[in-house]
Amino acid sequence: MRRICLILPLAVASLVAWVLHPETISAQAPQGASYKETLPGSKVSFDMQAIPGGTFLMGTPEGEAGRAADEGPQHEVELKPFWMGKCEVTWDEFDVYWKSEDQPNARKDEPAASKADAITRPTPAYADETFGHGRDGNPVICITHHTAMEYCRWLSRKTGKWYRLPTEAEWEYACRAGTKTAYSFGNDPATVGDYGWFADNSEELAKKVGQKKPNPWGLHDMHGNVMEWCVDHYEKDAYARFAMNKLSVRPVVMPSEKRFSHVARGGSWADKPVSLRSGARRGSDKSWIRLDPQRPQSIWWLTSAEFVGFRVVRPLEEQTELVGLRSKVTKQSP
Amino acid sequence: MARSGSLNRRSVLKTGAAAAALSALPASLYATASEKPIRVGLVGCGGRGTGAAHNVLHAAPNVTVVAVGDAFEGQAKGCQSRLNDIAKNDAKVKELGNKVNLPDGSVFWGLDAYKKVINHPDVDYVILATPPGFRPLHITEAVNAGKNVFTEKPVGVDGPGIRAVLKAFEVANEKKLGTAAGTQRRHQKAYIETIKQIHDGAIGELVTGRVYWNQGILWSRPRKEGMTDLQYQMWNWYNYSWICGDHIVEQHVHNLDVLNWCFREHPKAVVAMGGRSRNKPEYGHIFDFFSAQIEYSGDRHCISMARQISNCWNSVTEYVSGTKGNSHVGGFSINGKPALDRAAVRNATDPYVQEHTDLIESIRKGQPINELKNVAESTLTAIMVRESAYTGQRITWEQALASNKVYLDVANLSDNMVLPEWKVAVPGTTQLS
Repeated sequence: MRRICLILPLAVASLVAWVLHPETISAQAPQGASYKETLPGSKVSFDMQAIPGGTFLMGTPEGEAGRAADEGPQHEVELKPFWMGKCEVTWDEFDVYWKSEDQPNARKDEPAASKADAITRPTPAYADETFGHGRDGNPVICITHHTAMEYCRWLSRKTGKWYRLPTEAEWEYACRAGTKTAYSFGNDPATVGDYGWFADNSEELAKKVGQKKPNPWGLHDMHGNVMEWCVDHYEKDAYARFAMNKLSVRPVVMPSEKRFSHVARGGSWADKPVSLRSGARRGSDKSWIRLDPQRPQSIWWLTSAEFVGFRVVRPLEEQTELVGLRSKVTKQSP
Repeated sequence: MARSGSLNRRSVLKTGAAAAALSALPASLYATASEKPIRVGLVGCGGRGTGAAHNVLHAAPNVTVVAVGDAFEGQAKGCQSRLNDIAKNDAKVKELGNKVNLPDGSVFWGLDAYKKVINHPDVDYVILATPPGFRPLHITEAVNAGKNVFTEKPVGVDGPGIRAVLKAFEVANEKKLGTAAGTQRRHQKAYIETIKQIHDGAIGELVTGRVYWNQGILWSRPRKEGMTDLQYQMWNWYNYSWICGDHIVEQHVHNLDVLNWCFREHPKAVVAMGGRSRNKPEYGHIFDFFSAQIEYSGDRHCISMARQISNCWNSVTEYVSGTKGNSHVGGFSINGKPALDRAAVRNATDPYVQEHTDLIESIRKGQPINELKNVAESTLTAIMVRESAYTGQRITWEQALASNKVYLDVANLSDNMVLPEWKVAVPGTTQLS
């Protein structure tokens, strides 16, 4: 009886979705329930939303206001079910990792991850690492792609579940949540403020996560607040390659030992609405670390990137090339 | 040669179309011929020194790094290799036509490496980036040798050191040498614009200010096999006052410098408190928190805090208040509004590069800037806070400047020397001699 209750509304929802957006008919029902994860040894928890598998048209249609060349061509992508963090990772969560005593801090004078299996923590920051944006409940900022990847590895080991950054395809799929419009709430930038923090309402500060309306799949702050790291290296013509296939199954541009460039999606508190669009892409660059006066520059902190953070995903079944994924970046990395 | 280059440029500029074509050329094509070469020697090959050498290679055309030196062989050789990589791979360095010319004979290590770099016949521009305790010695050596100086902050750890730097300021003026300091906020467009508006009266006459460098615990380094006491303390330098100056001097000097800049003077006196909650020996004997009242002329008092304790309230910034309002100087705002366009803030040149650009341009124009006095005064401001906290006494500017307290005679070090047993200062007992 309970099962029928669950399935019936889903079926109705699917039917409605199919009438409105025929492409969502291929979305499979979620394979697992949403859940709350508590970080072992702490009272800090975060919520994971179940995301159904399915296919969608990745990229931005020609003619959408603000579309950039790297957002096309649109191409068909298939994804398997996964869970995604309902909110961006907060300092509360990150501090459990960064300040835990059970693994060593990375040291300035030694290569990171010198032991093959060791998880290392970021070096102490030479400043207030929140840069005045706030700590409790606020998204972590100014962290490198490497740091976000190491956090996921730590989280996986702590919880016994496999967490990682989303692929760019997973991110856009989850952001669109079955929609085809510029934003998951429609096309009108005038209503962005109901769903996200951006240049006109942020007063130049990142905000506590989860305060704005969620998208149709229950995810908060996919538009704005902080940009979110994806697993992928950023390639401006990646979609042209994927579009050569009739259907790209779980596409990803694998990260390497290179520090730049990686995909960061969703726009931030510093951006205009156009950069918050579901299809808008951004690649990290060296200006994000230009105020780090040391050489080699930190592999942990992006001192000038007060606008970048991340959220985690957990695939129901991991795709082959991402099994055991870990950052290859070291102090020697270019 | 240089003259004809600039003449050619001027005659070309007579026609608008040609001028437009010229401006499209990379800077290196027209700038190098007429520019005086800058030949850089780096003293102190750690992360910041290597970073500063990278910065100078981005700052202007016709710059070559020709010598590097460090107390530690590994640091010197590591820097040589990193700078060679930068010369080979960095697009901006190549675009400017800048070079790294470091054959093995130009890489020095040991306690006297600084002399070899500074007095190297090819060097005319030295970057001083060792830990702070050596700075007065190195600055003095450099200006006496007639070299232009980029010095990292702070520029000393005690009164005698600051007196030496103030003397070097005079020598640099007499010899028309250029000097710039790594208090990079003074070369950061957003700070410059904000403070200009304050000086122009945007918040009236200044009444008070608040400055902070509150952050988590920083670092210590474990002793390596075979290190002597001196080598170990130079390796783990952050944690010893003789070489670091304590974190109030090493870091908070930035924010105190902004305060002096805003008030356009140095303080008259300081009353400070501080202490230490950490107890592990690898963290030496420095304090981990300071709180101070800083007194400027006209009975104007400011608050300063510097803390390195994890899991506390953090902030690194500056505020000042006047008779007509407030400025968050470090947030580049005046009375709650941005002092300048945010895009201008984001797009401004990296201040760590700009400080070299400003120095090199001033040298090439024959009107060298000389920043030693400003940075010496800001450093002494921080030393006053430290000494007031260490001793428990009110310290005046004159007392601090006249002080003969020297932690260690850094001009006469030897690897196997016996170092004093450093003790954590005890307010009410410790003396400013």
